Amino acid sequence: MKEYSIINTRLPRVDAHAKVTGDARYTDDLSMPNMLYGALLQSPLAHAKILNIDVSAAKKLAGVKEVVTSSEASHVKFGVSPARYDETIFCGDKARYAGDEIAAVAAVDYETAIEAVSLIKVDYEELPCYLNISDATAEGVMPIHADYPDNIGAEVHQEFGNVEEAFKTCDYIRTDKFVNKKQDGAFLEPQSCVAAYDLNGNLTLYTSTQSPHYVQRTIAMVLGLPIGKVRVIKPYVGGGFGPKAAASTLELAACLLSIKTGRPVKMTFTREQVFLHSRARHQFFHELTTGVKKDGTLVALKNTCYLDGGAYSSFGIATIYYAGSLLGAPYKLPNMKYDGYRVYTNKPANGAQRGHGGVAARAAWEQQLDIISEELGMDPIDFRLKNIMQRGDVTCNDFNMSSLGMKECLEAVKNNSGWAKKKSKLPKGKGIGVACGFFVSGAGFPIYRSETFHATAMVKVSEDGGTVSLYTASAEIGQGSDTILTQIAAEALGVRYEDVRISSGDTDFGIDLGAYSSRQTLMSGHAVKQAAENVKQQILGALSGKLKIPLHDMDIKGGIIIFKKGKIDFSDIRSNYIKEHRGWTNHPAGEHLTFAEAARIAYLEKGVLVGTGAYKPGELGGKYKGAAVGTSPAYGCSAQVVEVTVDMETGHVTVDSMTDAHDCGFAINRTNVEGQMQGSLSMGLGEALFEEVKFDNRGRVINPTFGEYRIPTSLDMPNVNTIIIESDEPNGPFGAKEVGEGAIMPTIPAILNAIYDAAGVRISELPVTSERVFTALKEKKKK
Amino acid sequence: MKKLITLFVNNNKYEIAVAPNKTLTQVLREDLNLLGTKEGCGLGDCGACTVILDGRPVNSCLVLAVQADGSGITTIEGVAEGQKLHPVQQAFVDHGAVQCGFCTPGMVLSAKSLLEKNPHPTEFEVREALSGNLCRCTGYQKIVEAVEAAYGTKKE
Repeated sequence: MKEYSIINTRLPRVDAHAKVTGDARYTDDLSMPNMLYGALLQSPLAHAKILNIDVSAAKKLAGVKEVVTSSEASHVKFGVSPARYDETIFCGDKARYAGDEIAAVAAVDYETAIEAVSLIKVDYEELPCYLNISDATAEGVMPIHADYPDNIGAEVHQEFGNVEEAFKTCDYIRTDKFVNKKQDGAFLEPQSCVAAYDLNGNLTLYTSTQSPHYVQRTIAMVLGLPIGKVRVIKPYVGGGFGPKAAASTLELAACLLSIKTGRPVKMTFTREQVFLHSRARHQFFHELTTGVKKDGTLVALKNTCYLDGGAYSSFGIATIYYAGSLLGAPYKLPNMKYDGYRVYTNKPANGAQRGHGGVAARAAWEQQLDIISEELGMDPIDFRLKNIMQRGDVTCNDFNMSSLGMKECLEAVKNNSGWAKKKSKLPKGKGIGVACGFFVSGAGFPIYRSETFHATAMVKVSEDGGTVSLYTASAEIGQGSDTILTQIAAEALGVRYEDVRISSGDTDFGIDLGAYSSRQTLMSGHAVKQAAENVKQQILGALSGKLKIPLHDMDIKGGIIIFKKGKIDFSDIRSNYIKEHRGWTNHPAGEHLTFAEAARIAYLEKGVLVGTGAYKPGELGGKYKGAAVGTSPAYGCSAQVVEVTVDMETGHVTVDSMTDAHDCGFAINRTNVEGQMQGSLSMGLGEALFEEVKFDNRGRVINPTFGEYRIPTSLDMPNVNTIIIESDEPNGPFGAKEVGEGAIMPTIPAILNAIYDAAGVRISELPVTSERVFTALKEKKKK
Repeated sequence: MKKLITLFVNNNKYEIAVAPNKTLTQVLREDLNLLGTKEGCGLGDCGACTVILDGRPVNSCLVLAVQADGSGITTIEGVAEGQKLHPVQQAFVDHGAVQCGFCTPGMVLSAKSLLEKNPHPTEFEVREALSGNLCRCTGYQKIVEAVEAAYGTKKE
């Protein structure tokens, strides 16, 4: 292993000071002179024709500056994947879910805007609303979108190998069903944006987004503006987890209102509106049939999945593919068949959320694998190890595991959890369970078909050589990318951590697809590393010319120039530097030539000292339809062992301890890696045990608050024994790959498997409430 | 009609006219420009708006500004002493207790409030004191570790 000084450490985050002092500014903290406040009118009905909209009373209210509806707004359709653009800024002829946006108001203050919204009169004709898959796909149904008469918005059929033939060779085959519930992102910061349009025709949007780039493109496309006239800036973002990865009506309406009024417009969701907008985890109905040999060899998997999509496609076209493609690995499985159906329903649209598309599938399969291992009389860890993939293995759907520490992860959680002493040996009501999982390290392709670079970066050195400015359009949303990219820049250039100042999240800084699919460490990291190395070469090149020393005999480390062949006389450079900084008191001193002095030489030669980097993935596997979803330059993986207590009287489940090993390739920041692991497990625990967005029979969310929709508190989460595995990913910068999503994969099934070990019942419907366990225990007693 | 109230925020005296339906969160953010106090739900569920009111941590979104008339309030802006971070803040920095940061001001204030009353809390006491402050990013572990370490009470 190479020696590093900045990366693979536990340096504090670059934004930690700003965040602990309250100085960090989030979008809703911004205000501008003359700023207006916007509010949205959203449909109270889940499916309704809009017959008439009367905004006259709203317009007359004192303080109201603009009211816009579909009549005043662009009808250009947008969404996430161009193949499924199915949204407009406002509903035209009909509303498709309770919460669908109908109009927007800009007024001098928020209270006036809200009052104006209440004065807009809409005549609706209520239509039959479809709140589940069977109702939405019944005979003679009314289409939610005219283009999809049967309400099936997307279908995927894939087969790798030959599943039916393979099943004939199996000794044991079983089929299980599994269903999760719609989960909410539940990030702490509600979406917010401020749009400012100026008289030169420039539109600047400050927004709490995961992807400034996608928002910029969508706004330019829908509002008919040149891309160069639209600048999207992301202030600090209070969590995203997926739902903030696409442009929304909130952003488009604010832009439209700013253009119409010529004044800045701020719009912020209430917590209820966050639930209504949603774009979070789908509900998945999986049916899995897995076939194995007597000796435990996995042979074939048939996976059928129905996804409750909600009213629009959002990220759903990717979700439906991921719900199939993220099975198979990390096990050697030669035959896999997948049939997926994403159904439109009259509920808030579902989209991407941490572990995109794969979390329910993984829960279903890892529980089934546990059942199979028991039927075969094998230890669940031995069964998994028997089938485990290793570095260099390629899945039947062409995912190249260019690094994979899956075996090491499994062995680590086994050895660190006391597995051998505990499995099947704990007292009644106590149990232990295991599961594995993997995830992409960046989507191999952008969400729109394009040859675009996925990330660019620019490193500029100040004229005194003292400060390195890093510019990237990547999105810090809490996961720590600003810190990771600063560390990468400092390490690659050879300067100190504190000498690099990062500016990120602004479309003026370049191209970056943003914070989704666990891509930024690998992809933005590559671009940043390249930019830093590029400027380093420029500096050493100039120094080489000045000192007449070959470039390769020099290096930069820790802010000083290393002369590999021994001491060099650089007194001319130093005295000149000091002469140029008369009056300063912090002159370079000591026996080493400093980075600042060397960079100054390069500056004096070039005038502009800038290094650039750009990254897009190389050739990836898979020529079949849908190969673009799931193929990635690298894959992270995770194994977890969980211990639970099940109250055998009430069915209440408590998670007592969690052991998690994750292969992140190479940890740029060890503290951040652990933070991602612990955060992932917390979100998984919430989905496993209590999270569920609930609806009434007219499609209205009945629990749109953190009081009614429970996420884990500090009393629900146990401490996690976090183990970092490093497999040195050849396609990652310094060997690094993802951690933010792979770590959630094993959590739910590990809990489910532990519940079985504790109580002898298998739960196939989330969340695992006391009632579900209690009922299962009662059923078991009857038998 | 607006009512004239006096607030002692971070040891500064403010006399302000506020509408009777304005929450303390709104007045701190909008009238006093103390933007470190966050609003995550407006319903008292998430704890992001936590401030210390007359020595007790409260959800400032559930307090009407007029109710706080005459009270002493500490917001996140009043925790550090100039450039010197409070031990809780420093521990949050050192232990990786910050991710998105939206819950952080409330967490720091709840933790500070606990440690002032109970400088040697058990892990459970820390978790109990923070249970009204939701965090979706960290899984709480590094926050709990930071609070335990802040006053050097963590048993290694």
